[in-house]
Amino acid sequence: MGDRITYTEYFDALVNGKLLGYKCKDCNAYTCPPKAVCDSCGSQNLEKVELSGKGRITTFTTTYIAPAGYDKEVPYTVAMVELEEGPWIVGRLDVENADEIGQDLIGEEVVVEGREFPTEMFYPDKKRRVVPIFRLVR
Amino acid sequence: MKKRDVAVLGVGQTKFGYHPDKSLVDLFAEAFYEAFNESNIELKDIQALYYGNFVGEMTDGSANLSGFISDEIGLKGIPARRYEAACASSSVAFREACLAVAHGIYDCVAVGGSERLYNAGTAIGTRALATAVDGLHEMTAGLTFPGVFALAARLYAKKYEIPMEKLREKMAQVSIKNHKYGAMNPKAQFYNKFGDLKVEDVLNSKVICSPLTLFDCCPMTDGGSVVIVASADFAEDVIDKPVYVLGTGQSGAGGLFRQKEDIIRAIPRKVASEMAYREAKLTPKDIDFVEIHDCFTIAEIIASEAMGFFEYGKGADAVEEGETWVGGSIPINPDGGLIGKGHPVGATGTSQIYAVVKQLRNEFKYNQVRDAETAMTDTLGGDFGTLVNVILSIHRRG
Repeated sequence: MGDRITYTEYFDALVNGKLLGYKCKDCNAYTCPPKAVCDSCGSQNLEKVELSGKGRITTFTTTYIAPAGYDKEVPYTVAMVELEEGPWIVGRLDVENADEIGQDLIGEEVVVEGREFPTEMFYPDKKRRVVPIFRLVR
Repeated sequence: MKKRDVAVLGVGQTKFGYHPDKSLVDLFAEAFYEAFNESNIELKDIQALYYGNFVGEMTDGSANLSGFISDEIGLKGIPARRYEAACASSSVAFREACLAVAHGIYDCVAVGGSERLYNAGTAIGTRALATAVDGLHEMTAGLTFPGVFALAARLYAKKYEIPMEKLREKMAQVSIKNHKYGAMNPKAQFYNKFGDLKVEDVLNSKVICSPLTLFDCCPMTDGGSVVIVASADFAEDVIDKPVYVLGTGQSGAGGLFRQKEDIIRAIPRKVASEMAYREAKLTPKDIDFVEIHDCFTIAEIIASEAMGFFEYGKGADAVEEGETWVGGSIPINPDGGLIGKGHPVGATGTSQIYAVVKQLRNEFKYNQVRDAETAMTDTLGGDFGTLVNVILSIHRRG
């Protein structure tokens, strides 16, 4: 349980354009965002690595009704991305007209970067909310 | 150790909807006394209280409710505990209660839940519900519950190569069916409302999280429900028609990003339902109808596949072809489900048990499934995270 990545470190790195995660020394699978064990085999034998930050959109939705604390941000598009290294991550898609493009967005290549937003009453990080932003590579 | 058979003595449910004048305690008490009064027991027979509640802290500023409730309803001094598993809170509580009775810890217990999301308003209600997504990595993007199922709908359309507009029409059929049945149910939030929806009504209602519209979503609801559970021998001594708990199952998973493409296969549900089938020594073919967790239209479709009623990718066709309507091969949600009846989160699981027990006793006059003998419930907590399945029957285990 040596080289652990805290969530603050993970989000700090993301704001600086780096996506952190683990590579498993036993099964070689990648885990991102970080968790206590390898997401594939459960091993604690993990090495801290920087991932490429590249991936493909697997699904997305544009949100029009926001929860308390997020109302100034609507409409916004949440997406899941499958990273080159295998893990999936959740973030926001930096595309204005996602609903008009529709299903064709699925499979599009993106890169991820972190952007700081104001935190809200219940968010675990009381200083800021770092949102992974997915930008289309075209 | 040999487990004892377990049965339901009595069931109660408040009207679901808007209850600005009833506290979480009041809603539970109302449902409890309906269940207690048909159970033919005395208060001193109830040895423990299992209470399901999701977000009492956020909607009513109240936690630690199980002890207060126990005292307020006259069950002074008995062990009482709260279960929180998002929308599956009272289903987890129900299963734990059944396990305690099966293993001889108690002979008779009360289990149920109450919740007040309508009264909390949309902004707080939406934020409260979103506490069931991953608090760091999903919440930071503003993922909401309609959002979770919108992500699943797009993934489903992609995976099974169904054009999104076509899938939306099939999803609309779930809303039409469940609103039709909800409109017939006097205890439903939408009693006498939306009983005659058309596909266009669903497609053209307000977009919440694309592609899901308002009519794809269950409402915010206040309500309570309670079930009295006892050993089968105890039950047979005090009432004429116990409904037996033949099997239960529970499983779980991490956030959406950990489950990846599996969210449309709902693996924890497959595990939980197989656990319940195995304990009951039954298969999906033996189930006469099912109460499924239709928090959103696509949720019912995915669930019907994972529980083994339809092949993966075929659940959307099944609803369109009438298979899941009353009279079809496997009626789903004859009480209106979450979409038509309402979804007071912590009370939802035991309200499914309420609906099944009423049906199996032939007391569900407004939309009775004919000759139903064995039925099942399915409750999902969080983003495909916690799954509970229960099989109930008028027949005691052979």
